[in-house]
Amino acid sequence: MNDASVFPPECPNALPIYLDYQSSTPVDPRVLEAMLPYFTEHFGNPHSESHVYGQNAMAATEAARADVARLIHADPREIVFTSGATESNNLALKGAAHFARAHPPAAGPLRDRIVTLATEHKCVLEAAAALEREGFPVTYLPVEPNGLVSLDRLAEAIDDRTLLVSVMAAHNEIGVIQPLAEIGALCRSRGVLFHTDAAQAYGKIPLDVEAMKIDLMSISGHKIYAPKGIGALYTRRRPRVRLLPLIDGGGQERGMRSGTLPTPLCVGLGRAAALAAVEMGEEAPRLLRLRERLYRTLARRIPALRLNGDPEHRLPGSLNLSFPGLTAPELMEACPSVAMSTGSACTSAAVEPSYVLRVLGIPDDLANGSIRLGLGRFTTEAEVDFAADAIAAAADRLRGRAPPAGEVTKAAPIPTSG
Amino acid sequence: MRRETYLDWNATAPLRPEAAAAMTAALAECGNASSVHRWGRAARQRVERAREQVAALAGAAPDRVVFVSGGTEANHLALLGSGRERVLVSAVEHHSVLRALPAAEAIPVDSDGIVDLARLDEMLAGDVRPALVSVMFANNETGVMQPVAEIARIAHAHGALFHCDVVQGAGKVPLSIGTVGADLLTLSAHKLGGPPGIGALVLRDGIDVQPIIRGGGQERGRRAGSENLPGIAGFAAAAEAAVAGIADYEGVQRLRDDLEAAVLGAAPDAVVVGGDVARLPNTSAVAMPGVSAETQVIALDLDGVMVSAGAACSSGKVGPSHVLAAMNAPPEIAGSTIRVSLGWSTTEADIAHFVGAWAALYRRHRGRASTARAA
Repeated sequence: MNDASVFPPECPNALPIYLDYQSSTPVDPRVLEAMLPYFTEHFGNPHSESHVYGQNAMAATEAARADVARLIHADPREIVFTSGATESNNLALKGAAHFARAHPPAAGPLRDRIVTLATEHKCVLEAAAALEREGFPVTYLPVEPNGLVSLDRLAEAIDDRTLLVSVMAAHNEIGVIQPLAEIGALCRSRGVLFHTDAAQAYGKIPLDVEAMKIDLMSISGHKIYAPKGIGALYTRRRPRVRLLPLIDGGGQERGMRSGTLPTPLCVGLGRAAALAAVEMGEEAPRLLRLRERLYRTLARRIPALRLNGDPEHRLPGSLNLSFPGLTAPELMEACPSVAMSTGSACTSAAVEPSYVLRVLGIPDDLANGSIRLGLGRFTTEAEVDFAADAIAAAADRLRGRAPPAGEVTKAAPIPTSG
Repeated sequence: MRRETYLDWNATAPLRPEAAAAMTAALAECGNASSVHRWGRAARQRVERAREQVAALAGAAPDRVVFVSGGTEANHLALLGSGRERVLVSAVEHHSVLRALPAAEAIPVDSDGIVDLARLDEMLAGDVRPALVSVMFANNETGVMQPVAEIARIAHAHGALFHCDVVQGAGKVPLSIGTVGADLLTLSAHKLGGPPGIGALVLRDGIDVQPIIRGGGQERGRRAGSENLPGIAGFAAAAEAAVAGIADYEGVQRLRDDLEAAVLGAAPDAVVVGGDVARLPNTSAVAMPGVSAETQVIALDLDGVMVSAGAACSSGKVGPSHVLAAMNAPPEIAGSTIRVSLGWSTTEADIAHFVGAWAALYRRHRGRASTARAA
């Protein structure tokens, strides 16, 4: 992984050091290489079945679909390509709810209730809120202070009107990994669909739709070194999960999602999935080691530094830290050599504290001083050391305990890849 | 190597070099356009610059452009997001319009596929509920252009909104949201030399839509999801190149006219669908009576000529075209019409390749038919 030739030309191993992999990842050069021919010589519309340009494109999208499925032990026919995880989450919730209402059971209660967590990604919460306005009941469960769902509380929330439980596999802001297999078993035993937003988890940790009894899973391309504009929704065939499409038309994707498939983007997602399948086993422990190194340095140098989210059940590359007495914007401004964020990208422009940290019960003043650090495939040990020093030095300066200038610049030189 | 001739540009166009360059640059960057750090801000600048380029294609202000995943989604956002109680769509619309709202009312068309304006006026007069009229600029299967300015005038006279799917027209003929008279305009990148997976809905001043994909509040709350930066950059570069190269389509039209003249010269019973009305410069729907469209596209493909039997999305399931059915085309025409669509890099040699293969196929079938009659 330290071979300079695999790095994209402009990033991420340049200043500022990119520690925002939860927001977006650079396209892996190997993914880009797989995609490029489908922009140019194999540009055909994959739905043009009457000629070879179309047939070549279709063969490529189907091979990619198989790779996307294989990573989670699914059947290729269970993968619906979408424009991204936001669309997948909207399709899962609205599609299941609308189908349930359009096809009420002959006997017994109508199952139309959604149960989700108050810490879900905005697109799940917004989709649920839109369903509420249409009259679907929605329950938003709180989480434990460590960010994990209480299985007892979840079991209590499920009743005979519950249609679907939606719980994020790994959290975008605080990185915690939910007990998916336990949630899946609970949902299956109660006859409830289990949807998981795996935008942050897919390709990072092992996921198995059979073992975990997952019925619907949202997948994102640009979180796993594939490009933006592509994602997928895993939709279980046995027992069959039925959805009404959000976007209808030409009938592509088995009627679940119309629109011309973007062949190069599908190929990119497939290649990224295939790479993750091979490399996850080595990448995850490497990132875990780097994350621990980063955390230890920061914890040693910053008094009362607080780690948000469960320390054990978390993504290997993810940290969410509260800096007491500081605000995140001032820390980010004081440390321009590290690209980091306050929370999810889509809401990070907002100044109010993260709703996720509020649900965890973290006081506003601490939440206001919280930073998300995300490590990824191209993060090096030298970068981590440089970033830890730069962040700690910036925090020191802000606390008015600035060491002499010479000591600040004593930080390790910016690492070169190699 | 065997000669290959691509004449299925209405299904998708090859990526323009300008788009490829813009995308290559964008793909080499990381960063989420909604992040506040330097890379996020750089991505944001790229998105906003691209928005200006796409707005220029549509003759709109940049803040009126909503990036979506493609033409299909843009059509859905227009029909489902406008909030109008009543939606009227022409019978020859793309399936992404026809299926967006099953309750939509169909506006009939004449034998050329042109909207019946008197009927539209009556339909709007007969119901006072706020309406939206959706009629495409030009048909994807026949290239027949609609009298959009007239349709806009009638819609607006009744207080209705006018949505126009200009996916097939943009980049081929000069147009803008103003000249079309539309309140909402659908664009697709991959039909004009941009990448697949990106499109836009353009809104007239004062018009807004409710999102169908909700979440992080991107695109001013009209369409959530991390911005598809490379796609947007490629779309914008293609849009700019399309505007600059619009005159190429005069040459494309000459080639298309030559093709039709050659086909009609070789086969007196061939029919050019919509041949007497205004059409896109690049599209020809040609019927070879007595030979199924399926047989034709397979035979042409064997000769290295790529055309289609209709819209790409439905070309796999061979059935009668809903467009030709709405036009009341006789069965022998509807079942034997293929779509030949040209683009900016189509050459005379491409046309000669098509005409040679098509005429040879025609002679084989006519020879067989006359032998059968003689027997």
